[in-house]
Amino acid sequence: MAYTEEELKKELETKEYEYGFYTDIDSDTFPSGLNKDIVKKISKKKGEPEWMTEWRLKAFESWSEMTEPEWSNVEYKKPDLQAISYYSAPKSKPKYESLDEVDPELLKTFEKLGISIDEQKKLSGVAVDIVMDSVSVATTFKKTLAEKGIIFCSISEAIKEHPDLVKKYIGSVIPPKDNYYAGLNSAVFTDGSFCYIPKGVRCPMELSTYFRINQAGTGQFERTLVIADKGSYVSYLEGCTAPSRDENQLHAAVVELIALDDAEIKYSTVQNWFPGDKEGKGGVFNFVTKRGICHERSKISWTQVETGSAVTWKYPSCILKGNNSVGEFYSIAVTNNYQQADTGTKMIHLGKNTKSTIISKGISAGKSQNSYRGLVQVGARAKNARNFSQCDSLLMGNDCGAHTFPYIEAKNNSAQIEHEATTSKIGEDQIFYCNQRGIDTEKAIALIVNGFSKEVLNKLPMEFAVEAQKLLEISLEGSVG
Amino acid sequence: MEFKEKLISSHLAFEEDLDLNDSIYETRATALKVFEEKGFPSKKEEAWKYTSLEALTQKDYALFPKSTTSIDVNDVKKYFLYDTDTYKVIFIDGVYSPFLSNTTHDGLDVCLMSAALTKPKYRDLIDRYFNKIAPKDDSMTALNTSYAKEGAYIYIPKSIVAEKPIEIIHFSSGNENALWLQPRNLIVVDENAQVQIIERHQSLKEHPVVTNCVTEIYVHQSAFLDYYKLQNDLPTASLIDNTFIVQEKNSHASVHTFSLGGKIIRNNLRYFHKGEHVMSTLKGVTILQGKQHVDHATLVHHAQPNCESHQDYKGIFAERSEGVFNGQILVDKIAQKTNAFQQNNNILLDDKATVNTKPQLEIFADDVKCSHGCTIGQLDEEALFYLRSRGIPKKEAKALMTYAFANNVLESVQLPSLKKRINGQIAKKLGVNLGFDL
Repeated sequence: MAYTEEELKKELETKEYEYGFYTDIDSDTFPSGLNKDIVKKISKKKGEPEWMTEWRLKAFESWSEMTEPEWSNVEYKKPDLQAISYYSAPKSKPKYESLDEVDPELLKTFEKLGISIDEQKKLSGVAVDIVMDSVSVATTFKKTLAEKGIIFCSISEAIKEHPDLVKKYIGSVIPPKDNYYAGLNSAVFTDGSFCYIPKGVRCPMELSTYFRINQAGTGQFERTLVIADKGSYVSYLEGCTAPSRDENQLHAAVVELIALDDAEIKYSTVQNWFPGDKEGKGGVFNFVTKRGICHERSKISWTQVETGSAVTWKYPSCILKGNNSVGEFYSIAVTNNYQQADTGTKMIHLGKNTKSTIISKGISAGKSQNSYRGLVQVGARAKNARNFSQCDSLLMGNDCGAHTFPYIEAKNNSAQIEHEATTSKIGEDQIFYCNQRGIDTEKAIALIVNGFSKEVLNKLPMEFAVEAQKLLEISLEGSVG
Repeated sequence: MEFKEKLISSHLAFEEDLDLNDSIYETRATALKVFEEKGFPSKKEEAWKYTSLEALTQKDYALFPKSTTSIDVNDVKKYFLYDTDTYKVIFIDGVYSPFLSNTTHDGLDVCLMSAALTKPKYRDLIDRYFNKIAPKDDSMTALNTSYAKEGAYIYIPKSIVAEKPIEIIHFSSGNENALWLQPRNLIVVDENAQVQIIERHQSLKEHPVVTNCVTEIYVHQSAFLDYYKLQNDLPTASLIDNTFIVQEKNSHASVHTFSLGGKIIRNNLRYFHKGEHVMSTLKGVTILQGKQHVDHATLVHHAQPNCESHQDYKGIFAERSEGVFNGQILVDKIAQKTNAFQQNNNILLDDKATVNTKPQLEIFADDVKCSHGCTIGQLDEEALFYLRSRGIPKKEAKALMTYAFANNVLESVQLPSLKKRINGQIAKKLGVNLGFDL
């Protein structure tokens, strides 16, 4: 045998985070700590109108009364929120006309990540709104979108330029009082994306934002708001990688989706933040609140591939308020080494004839813990609600854990709900079969994992599917069970 | 005075008329402290999220029923599974009824907890088994422990097969206005022994009664336990049942729970594995109507390799009834080659009926086969149509399908007359007479 299990293990252990590098750009950073003044200062810095400042302060007030929740199945050292700087932006923010004007250091970072803006622009037709430490520095394809009447910009820009829309919808799906981290985000968010698709418009390209966490000691508090007006369609991609860092970093984003009558939103995430090294040191805390509301006959589909972060704690959810609306959730969560993930979804059926599908695949390796936690709720008036959930877990090795916590609540007798879950390891016979046909063990595992996650991978847009497949392989390399 | 306060302050009076060995005093006092600290569980606790005891605990109850009430045998005969041929341990309002009972010391012990707790000859066994597996930090269990006095004590010695089933029945006569009962049972099945037990709580008149029952069961190596819980009480009676089972190597233990009536029923059923090749079975049929509420909270803790567990709970909910299933499978790191299955199927018959279900898997070992499935739905319209097209009236067709739905669980009932009786009760619930047994 050319390649033994021992070697595999060794390689895995020595495999450091591939995207771990640090870009040296001058940043304009606030002193750390959080109080009313900081909130006001953030708002002022962003040049926000008064109503927004008020909204933030209100959120801050209600947040101050909340305590950090502890019910999740993850263990971590609570981040000291007073030690975080709540504002960090690349120092100069000129309006770039072309890419040549962008700080070359920044461009290099993206190149290392394999997301050269040029390439994106030309080849994939993806409009990229790049968020580098909280402030958008480049927005492309704006013109093409503008022709269709689509608004795709940073949220701070939207607050200034489209206050009516923002005022109407921000916090309508996730009110600041919703939970601890959503409250925190509402008070201090510095940037994020805003997207509005007008009536009857089908967005011609995949909208995408690459998030990066860069400045040491800054938490990222992104705020994303996607509004699909009646009869429109949009596919939105969110992808993340972060530089290697020893200190835990907090990421508490809020994503709100609003699908009005007959609209469809497809929201895909590939998350590959720094998961901590093999000792479990460092890594990103990913405490995200994501929720969408569906009006009549509309559809929201969440797809996520979670491979990074030391601690992941998120539940992209759908409120199926309108009759005949559809919610979908497809997820792959991979944990390795000391990673912990507690993720899943909530499907709240309120309208008649609402349907939801949940497909969740958890893969745990190393010493990691992977939990699925989900809620399917059928309200008393939700006649003919239909849900199908499937949660499969794959365990690799002796030290990891896989957990399932589904909550199913039905208050209507016409509801049809199915839930099934399985937990198993990769069969020795399967690996043997591959070996027998000349496929080495590592490749065999990649093959089996790929097959295991296919249902979800298929739901990703083309560009993402390739990236996601690669990520799966990287995160699991060598973890032979 | 709140009922909680009453429970705490009455404890002194309770202790006075008892003559116990010292260690039990201490156990009781510690347990009372736990209850005092924790109080009644609230909906804020994850384990009690869907079941509120508030409606029960805000009333006042008598703790010590006035001395013995006698009941005519003919009035209660119908609640016995067999007229003769069983051992019976029967209590009326929490007090042992020697007249109705049929206990034994011949080869095996089927007798009273109060005797076991006070007589020196049981001391060793009590020291070894009493309050050893009941969780110390659970407030309802602690409350029971602090008032532990009476109940059934069953000991099946090595290699003995109990020839007759044992019936444990708690009657409440309705002579008290409102009654709070706390029976405490201890069952030890020694190596290679076998036993079948039927437990039942029954009120004879409509009056508020709450039973907070704790049963500890030890199933030793290669032993066999077959336990049936019949819950078909009047709509004024509530039950909080806590059953804890420890299984040693090669043992089998199965518990069937039939919840057909009552106001609020909470079944805490927990299994702990202490040896390899253990087989655990948990099955239940729940058929509810009115405003009844049944909560099954199960836990199977796989702590040893090569064990197996099967769970199958079926629920049929009509009118405004509420069903809860909260099943947990825990597989420790060393418990390789575990096979754990969990199934929960529910049928909602009416608009206002509710089901909340939460089947959980927590798995730390990799070489395991674990699965759970749960469904909420209705009777299949097409199957109904098929039956009706063949001349079976709608009501009967529905009943037939409901039977079939529950049959998986009924099939494994080992006592023919019990099976027949439950079949009869289900038919009665559904208001039909099919004229045959499934």
